[in-house]
Amino acid sequence: MSANRLASRFGTRIDRAHTVGFQFNGRRYQGFRGDSLASALLANDVRLVGRSFKLHRPRGIFSCGIEEPSGLVDVGEGARRTPNLRATLVELHEGLVAASVNCWPSVGFDIGAAADWFRALLPAGFYYKTFMWPDWHLFEPWIRRAAGLGRASGLADPDRYEEISAVADVVVVGAGIAGLNCAVAAAQAGASTLLLASSATLGGALEWRADPEVLTLAAEARRLGVRILTRTLAFGVFDHNLLCAVESLSPIYAGTPDRESVLRERLWKIRARHIVAASGAFERPLVFPGNDRPGVMLAGAADKYAHAYGVACGQRVVIAANCDSAYAVARSLRAAGVEIAALVERRPASDSSTGAEGLRVIGEAAIASVSGTRAVRGCTVVSVSGGMRPEKINCDLILSAGGYAPAVHLHSQAGGKLRWLDDAAMFVPDGGAPGLTSIGACAGVFARALAASHGADVGRALARGQAAPAAPVGGLGRSLASTYLPSLKGKQFIDLQNDVATGDVRLAALENFSSVEHLKRYTTTGMGTDQGKTSNVNALVLMGEFTGRDPALVGTTKFRPPFAPVTLGMLVGRRVGSLYRPLKRLPAAAWHETRGALFEQFGNWVRPVAYPQSGETLEAAAQREAGAVRRGAGLFDGSPLGKIEIFGPDAAQFLDLMYVGTMSTLNLGQARYGLLLNENGIVVDDGIAARLGEQHYWINTTSAGVERTAAAFEEWLQCEYSQLKVLITPVTARWGNVTVAGPRAWDWLAAVGFEASLAPAEMRHMTIRESRWEGVPLRVLRASFSGELGYEINVPADHVEPLLERLWARAAEFAGVLYGIEALEILRTEKGYVHIGTDTDGTTLPGDIGFGRAIQRKAANFVGRRSLMRPAAEDPGRLQLVGLLPADGRSPLPVGAQIAAAPPPTLTEGHVTSSYWSPELESPVALGMLARGSQRLGERVRAHYLGTTIEAIVVKTPFVDPGGARLHGGVASPSGAARHG
Amino acid sequence: MMQIDCPCCGKRDENEFVCGGTTHIQRPPLSASDRVWGEYLFFRENPKGLHLERWRHACGCGQWFNVARSTVTHEIVSVYAMTEPAPR
Repeated sequence: MSANRLASRFGTRIDRAHTVGFQFNGRRYQGFRGDSLASALLANDVRLVGRSFKLHRPRGIFSCGIEEPSGLVDVGEGARRTPNLRATLVELHEGLVAASVNCWPSVGFDIGAAADWFRALLPAGFYYKTFMWPDWHLFEPWIRRAAGLGRASGLADPDRYEEISAVADVVVVGAGIAGLNCAVAAAQAGASTLLLASSATLGGALEWRADPEVLTLAAEARRLGVRILTRTLAFGVFDHNLLCAVESLSPIYAGTPDRESVLRERLWKIRARHIVAASGAFERPLVFPGNDRPGVMLAGAADKYAHAYGVACGQRVVIAANCDSAYAVARSLRAAGVEIAALVERRPASDSSTGAEGLRVIGEAAIASVSGTRAVRGCTVVSVSGGMRPEKINCDLILSAGGYAPAVHLHSQAGGKLRWLDDAAMFVPDGGAPGLTSIGACAGVFARALAASHGADVGRALARGQAAPAAPVGGLGRSLASTYLPSLKGKQFIDLQNDVATGDVRLAALENFSSVEHLKRYTTTGMGTDQGKTSNVNALVLMGEFTGRDPALVGTTKFRPPFAPVTLGMLVGRRVGSLYRPLKRLPAAAWHETRGALFEQFGNWVRPVAYPQSGETLEAAAQREAGAVRRGAGLFDGSPLGKIEIFGPDAAQFLDLMYVGTMSTLNLGQARYGLLLNENGIVVDDGIAARLGEQHYWINTTSAGVERTAAAFEEWLQCEYSQLKVLITPVTARWGNVTVAGPRAWDWLAAVGFEASLAPAEMRHMTIRESRWEGVPLRVLRASFSGELGYEINVPADHVEPLLERLWARAAEFAGVLYGIEALEILRTEKGYVHIGTDTDGTTLPGDIGFGRAIQRKAANFVGRRSLMRPAAEDPGRLQLVGLLPADGRSPLPVGAQIAAAPPPTLTEGHVTSSYWSPELESPVALGMLARGSQRLGERVRAHYLGTTIEAIVVKTPFVDPGGARLHGGVASPSGAARHG
Repeated sequence: MMQIDCPCCGKRDENEFVCGGTTHIQRPPLSASDRVWGEYLFFRENPKGLHLERWRHACGCGQWFNVARSTVTHEIVSVYAMTEPAPR
């Protein structure tokens, strides 16, 4: 380790007094507190860190930041194992465990490396032309295993993530010299200012140089009340100046896997009047053969490792230069004691710097090859024009100073345009974007003093609501757009992660995938986890060369969030577990639980599906409950049933417009069943409307449909029929519903003290009465989904439990049972009552379920009426609701069975929609939709299901009590008995 | 995520609202032809530029209102009442 550590005056981030132990690929190493995993590995002379995605070529650390394409590792164990982290960003902690990705059995001996032998067969787009014969599916499982890089744990994430919103006048992204000056100036001018820094400390590219101006500005910013967030990465700009950033709170690998959960990340949603992008620039590498070998790194990165971490990335260095920055790096490394073997200047003499004392500069030259596969051992340098003899130079580190690419991502996401600078060979923002201004290196401003002053000017101007001054672009000298030399042999890489080389870009051009968006997808350049931060410009410049276009004409691919990979946990936040899908519970849920209820989810309600007694299956319980309701009485909690109160002088007229069924003619206290259609005529909900007053209606809808229905009512009222005076009040949660059904239902209710005026002889079926029980106001509706005498008692929600308790105490006297949803389904199927959404689907019209005549009698232009006048609605071949009985009286007809004359493949005539064993008939009963069903009563049909065929007979419904006498509890029914409730 | 200025509640995030699509669409009468009725149900203009649409503050006051919004930049040009005519 000590061989690669520089003298103790180097390393502004590390604390040499505290060593930190960690594991990499099962071996133990030591680093210092403040090291990143990358710097610690380099310090320990670990050169081979991973393998590239396609060809499994050896990969080492390439950069010192977020742009890292090669140094990917899985960190952590157990549920906290996090795949594909960049080693450059992983902060070293005691006990950290990390492993290479995309290699097996080890990074040193990787079976996948065989892919590199076949690289000639695996150019860009090879998968569009291979693995097809004889059948693609033969190759698919193997390719799936080979794809991907790291490995996720597969265990639930134990940690927490949260979301927070913020508002600011000015938010500055990036705390470098430009960003700090901007934030301070904005705050001084009175703007509420937010400053985001992606690293732990402020200063950007100067942060690890202990720059005094940075320290002064940071202190001033705090004094002025600038809100500063560190370890916070802004990853996207969205509509109306919404900036999203992720704040990292707790290192993911700290602690043992079974520690309790920690708050890991915080999503910041910042609505800003002005966003200032001060996000810096990425260094661009040169293109030469062997430029992907471990030991080839970005020049600025080696400088940063030396000064921030005190790590020498190599002892004898060759610097390939396409930018004046190479000379500064050479001087800086030499001052740290590193030997610079040569600086290979790629640019023509007119563009180069004048050199430095004691520095060997080889002018107008390029690297022709690199020796060493797992670590650089040397390189061969040739002159660009071919005049010089090739020279071999021994070295263990090759640095690439190819120029810079401003980080224009946020500017572009905000809709800003780019322009190409020919001299500096980079894209810079062309003016500002709506709501977003760029400063510093990301605006193309590389002269420090100008970046500082322009940043301050922008901060001041934005705080005062003035236009931001234009950016003073420049300060880097000249760089070549392309450093590619076609005459050199060997693979020259563009994208290190996805193994995209210059030959692949040429292939894309040859196959006419020459637009930049096609180039990206055909070669996969820029599609790795690094999103092309160090490769996109090289790729498009090269495509331009092959197709005779300037880089400005090739352009960039569309910039989309996120700027860097973000976790799913951060995006999801608190919406996990019980908050993922909030469920609704009955007011008396606890009471039902103590009575043995088996709960299931129905839509987003949790309801008793049955109350199994000791050892009973769900099916047996439902059979018992349904039978008991028909023989005695049953108690059912219908509280989820949708309830809406409608008020107003125009309420009656409004309901006529909403429903199939004329509600305006209801008398006081009368109730009627109705269907709700959408404008396409399709049945979407059903329910009962009851009249409580001249201008007051009580509406019941399905449990699942109440919110949708109330919203539809509001929409019609506010958007189309705004002249009607109607008030819609959803009251589902306000009122509970205790349903008592069965021949002894009234006896049971009378026994606990319900008013005599509610007796069947006094109160007809399909009527509603306001009443009281023990002083509690009630709305009692005589309705029935079971086909038995039924009372739906609407009681204030907090009184459901006392009523249930009082009734249940007397259950034995009336052979009363508790029954759940499954029993209710059996009962209603025996009666042939339709269940919207089960027996109907998105094509069912009212005429298909027996409502044709009701429509003809209606006067109003109700929702969907015009659609019922279309030819398709009147087609006699339509599917119609029918009853079905198995011909043998025993075989259940499975739901979904297709009805057709012959087994599949064939055209079907219908399907089975509901099917239960009837305890009353002691045989299966079913409902189905059948073409021309109402004309085919008595016909034998065949139902086909997964290879079996069952013969069935088409019958009229109801199966039980066809006359409907039971609805009236034995009391003579009034003529023109109302339809089912 | 846009920010929409609800006439009742002020500026709120887009996810509190439900979009109802193109506005100023009148329901045709029963006498309308199948073609007119079909266009009312299924056909909508898809402009590149200013779009007049209606939104409901579903997770707030529940009010429907009209919005003039650019489909290119998402800039909201104006917000006006449901019963007001299209702005000039």
